[in-house]
Amino acid sequence: MPTVSMTVNGKSVSADVEPRTLLVQYLREHLGLTGTHVGCDTSQCGACVVHVNGESVKSCTTLAMQNEGADVTSIEGLADGDTLHPMQEAFRENHGLQCGFCTPGMVMSALDLVKKNSDPSEKDVREWLEGNLCRCTGYHNIVKSILAGAQALKG
Amino acid sequence: MTATGIGAPVRRVEDRRFLTGNGNYTDDINRPGQAHAWILRSPHAHAKLAKVDTSKARAADGVLAVLTGADMAADGVGGLPCGWQIHNKDGSPMLEPGHPPLAVDKVRHVGDQVAIVIAETRGQARDAAELIAVDYDVLPAVIDMDAALAGGTLVHDDVPNNRCFDWEIGDKEATDAAFANAATIVSIDLVNNRLIPNAMEPRAAISDYDRTSGRHTLYTTSQNPHVIRLLMGAFVLQIPEHKLRVVAPDVGGGFGSKIFHYAEEAILTWAAAKVNRPIKWTAERSESFMTDAHGRDHESHAELALDADGKFIGLRVATKANIGAYLSTFGSSVPTYLYATLLAGVYQTPAIYAEVQTVFTNTVPVDAYRGAGRPECTYLLERLVAKAARETGIDPVELRKRNMIQPDQFPYQTPVALQYDCGDYPASFDAALEAADYAGFEKRRAAAEKVGKLRGIGISTYIEACGIAPSAVAGALGARAGLYESAQVRVHPTGSVTVYTGTHSHGQGHETTFAQLVSDTFGIPIENVEISHGDTDQVQFGMGTYGSRSLAVGGPAILKACNKVIDKAKKIAAHILEADVSDIEFADGKFTVAGTDKEMAFGEVSLAAYVPHNYPIEEIEPGLDENAFYDPLNFSFPGGCHICEVEVDPETGDVEIVGMTAVDDVGRVINPMIVEGQVHGGLTQGIGQALLEGCVYDSDGQLLSGSYMDYTMPRADDVPSYAASTKSVMGASNPLEVKGVGEVGAIGSPPAVINAILDALAPLGVEDISMPATPQKVWQAINGSTIRQAAE
Amino acid sequence: MYQFNYQKAGSADAAAKAVTSSEDGRFLAGGMTLIPTLKQRLAQPSDLVDLAGIGDLVGIEDGGDSVTIKAMTRHVDVANSPVVQSKIPALASLASHIGDPQVRNRGTIGGSLANNDPAADYPAAVLGLNATVITNKREIAADDYFDGMFTTTLEEGELITAVRFPVPGKAAYTKFPNPASRYALVGVMVAQTGGEIRVAVTGAGQDGVFRAAEIESALSGNWSADAAKGVKMSADGLNADIHASADYRAHLISVMASRAVAAAG
Repeated sequence: MPTVSMTVNGKSVSADVEPRTLLVQYLREHLGLTGTHVGCDTSQCGACVVHVNGESVKSCTTLAMQNEGADVTSIEGLADGDTLHPMQEAFRENHGLQCGFCTPGMVMSALDLVKKNSDPSEKDVREWLEGNLCRCTGYHNIVKSILAGAQALKG
Repeated sequence: MTATGIGAPVRRVEDRRFLTGNGNYTDDINRPGQAHAWILRSPHAHAKLAKVDTSKARAADGVLAVLTGADMAADGVGGLPCGWQIHNKDGSPMLEPGHPPLAVDKVRHVGDQVAIVIAETRGQARDAAELIAVDYDVLPAVIDMDAALAGGTLVHDDVPNNRCFDWEIGDKEATDAAFANAATIVSIDLVNNRLIPNAMEPRAAISDYDRTSGRHTLYTTSQNPHVIRLLMGAFVLQIPEHKLRVVAPDVGGGFGSKIFHYAEEAILTWAAAKVNRPIKWTAERSESFMTDAHGRDHESHAELALDADGKFIGLRVATKANIGAYLSTFGSSVPTYLYATLLAGVYQTPAIYAEVQTVFTNTVPVDAYRGAGRPECTYLLERLVAKAARETGIDPVELRKRNMIQPDQFPYQTPVALQYDCGDYPASFDAALEAADYAGFEKRRAAAEKVGKLRGIGISTYIEACGIAPSAVAGALGARAGLYESAQVRVHPTGSVTVYTGTHSHGQGHETTFAQLVSDTFGIPIENVEISHGDTDQVQFGMGTYGSRSLAVGGPAILKACNKVIDKAKKIAAHILEADVSDIEFADGKFTVAGTDKEMAFGEVSLAAYVPHNYPIEEIEPGLDENAFYDPLNFSFPGGCHICEVEVDPETGDVEIVGMTAVDDVGRVINPMIVEGQVHGGLTQGIGQALLEGCVYDSDGQLLSGSYMDYTMPRADDVPSYAASTKSVMGASNPLEVKGVGEVGAIGSPPAVINAILDALAPLGVEDISMPATPQKVWQAINGSTIRQAAE
Repeated sequence: MYQFNYQKAGSADAAAKAVTSSEDGRFLAGGMTLIPTLKQRLAQPSDLVDLAGIGDLVGIEDGGDSVTIKAMTRHVDVANSPVVQSKIPALASLASHIGDPQVRNRGTIGGSLANNDPAADYPAAVLGLNATVITNKREIAADDYFDGMFTTTLEEGELITAVRFPVPGKAAYTKFPNPASRYALVGVMVAQTGGEIRVAVTGAGQDGVFRAAEIESALSGNWSADAAKGVKMSADGLNADIHASADYRAHLISVMASRAVAAAG
């Protein structure tokens, strides 16, 4: 089996995998990083969103081997020790999650939005979330969380 | 109210682990030596299993075993049971055909289980599954309910006309008499569209068998692990409770779909013992679409009789309910006692009669989905009332007000079995009209017209019966289980507390709400309270979470256990403080001797309980750890009003929800932030049903809406921000006076959305539109409108 | 997914060679359609040849009266390109609404065109703007490129290297999305380029993207939203599925075309 190496949450990692291994399987099954979830098989739900080289990507729709040498950040890489990242804190403060399953993907996707648009409107946020499904919150508080998180990140 | 007590919007205790990727969902768990399973499923809706040849698959790389229904039958494995027996009009019981976990002689829906492949990796198991040669003798599929009732093709050979039961409720004679005296009769035919639940976490299970102890452990995505243990242990696999542990860890949403005992749970538990290895199975989303129990799927004809003053005098309903290919765990209760008992709604209709036929078809089993029966009832009633307003010319607000049950009429006995304990429907109705600026609507309609949009406003009131359920009542109606709840409150020596609850949280925030309740009751910091749920080895017993029951039934159980703790602690404090127990007062976490400054803190008393040196040992035992079971005296009855405002693009048929107002009476609110979040989620599922979501089968039983490519899930840009508020009336029949909030949003909103669309299209003469009101359907309605054609 | 061999190519020629020399090789661009297809086991290639490392295949070039977008350029980069935004804003806007943000972060123009999904957006851009598809072997005019749904005139081992778009006088793209998948139920690109009017429709046709000749001729006499809306399209040859009948699609073509004309100005 070929070896795939990359940097995940700042650490160099390496694992032998079948070529058909997806990035999400690499993270969950080979690295034990189970915060990234799989909610569908048609690349639409967004529970698996991580950052690859600073941009949001569906880790269920890219092979581990396509990401050889990449810099990957998953939900586990955001908090600074016990201090939540401001976007995580915004979700907590605004009740932007219920069952928590879509949450890692939502947070990672939101961070990519805020990186590209530091002062998004409600409409910007709702449109940006096209690739992230949530069945619990009705999106109301997710949108509120992301707007608050964006403001917090602007400082 | 303290910052963390009852009524405070406490930020959730559980969020930190979810936000940092440290949730512990079933698929996140791995057991040492774990193998992986793939389930081979039927591609046909209906076929005889002529031959299942597994020889090539068994020889494939990494394969440990390939097992079929024949293997299960040889081991004497039982069928999946139904938990609720309904009786026919003539008193005979419903028909309950067999439901083998792996198909034996026939497959009955696309996705039905045919074989399990167990291999070292999931990929190997799936590769090998393709090597199983199944000889299907394909039979005609029966999908449509009328065709099923005609009986040409039988889903189960022992169920004539595919009819599971033919049930009735209410007084037929009195209702017929009311119709004979009616000034106006309004009738409507409605389809309540079939929905696919789609909790974001797909179902998963891991089974682990310890040969030395003979104990089985099942990790599963369940809303009620004890119920799974009971059903699977007693009915399917004949494993006694003490040899079976069921763990439902973090669960990624349920909405009803994870209540039921599913075939995979039994198949894995059985197979793990056979191969003597832990086995993991996780559904692909495509499997979820074709195996998670679906929701709704009713066809109804309803008639409302009104007198000359516009008073409702009779309601007559005939419903056909699709139950799918097999009876799921609670499938029979949904279109009966969770549906027709609510037909009075918030109105004083004196005579009601409903009959329900439940029909087997070659589709996925249908069971409870958020609201379960009550959304179907509310949709029927509020569409009918809106139509009555149009036909009588009485304003829809006035017509509703004229017929509403008044606050001084409680307790209110309806003609369909339920007795509502408390409520103030006019109050929430008025509050919603005010919040939605109903009075200002015509101005907004005129403004929309100027930019080429058709604007409409729609109202729905609703009542729901939840807090399921008084066991004796449920039992009399056919439930095969008690529906109480259980709690254990364990005070540790230094005064921190672990609460074990038989309910299960899969998004509802129990770890926070219950902690608030306990922290408030004991007067201790919320950080000192931990809520444990989901593991049958830890939690004494439980009936789980569904039917908005966790706080209404599980909450009082916790409160009862807390009060037992306080009673015992008072005795300990009295002994140590050398006072009479009747003089001990407990407040703010302190036991005091009335009228003195003698006091003991909660933690001091708990320490004394575990270090009983100075202790009333002849009177009470050491320790401070109490159990309680709570069986409610009545259902709880949330109610309210939802108002929707839409704009329709007449060129495309696209509907935009421009306003959604919800005013709900949920009884006492423990955590307003969580309550609001529950309403938001329910509203979105209700809007999903009304506008977006529809399960579609073709006539061969192939699921056309079998992925997110074709099943429209509500997305963030499909819905607006909501105006949700509560208008709570105290007096619910439980010690906390709580009513339930999980389902209200999904119950009240669909008719509000459709009534709004029909209001928008009323100038064109459009009188009906079915759910989901997709752009195509709305465009067709506009395009087919006679008024529009006359104008052109 | 079935098993396959994974190869990474250093150049377009090496990639083409790797595909032709394998048993059943496929190019892997962004993978936004191919990976889901493989996950569902709807295809079983022997080899995937990853194009991501080929620097020559990435970039946007301003050619004055044309804009050339290299095949491995991602949707997000087309959407955000100052060149595309100023020369062909309709194309930037189209790219900014393909799929979702994560698809746009990975998906490429070459991959989309090679796949030729009948409901994809880029085919409407190529046909409507009369672009030229450039491959490792030749240049293919838009009118000669599309060959039915999921089918193109690309030959075995032929690799798209770039797409050259002439700068239009006016152009706009309007899409009515499928409510579930958000692919185009009907998407219409209208353009005036060098005196020629083109109206390309995606999402609606049984054979994939096509030109709506009736609307083109209506617009050539009268470039107005009303002229487009006035055309009653035939439903013959249009798709019907659970989301839209052929009649509804036919109707939406006129409506989307009229809105595109209004947007194009």
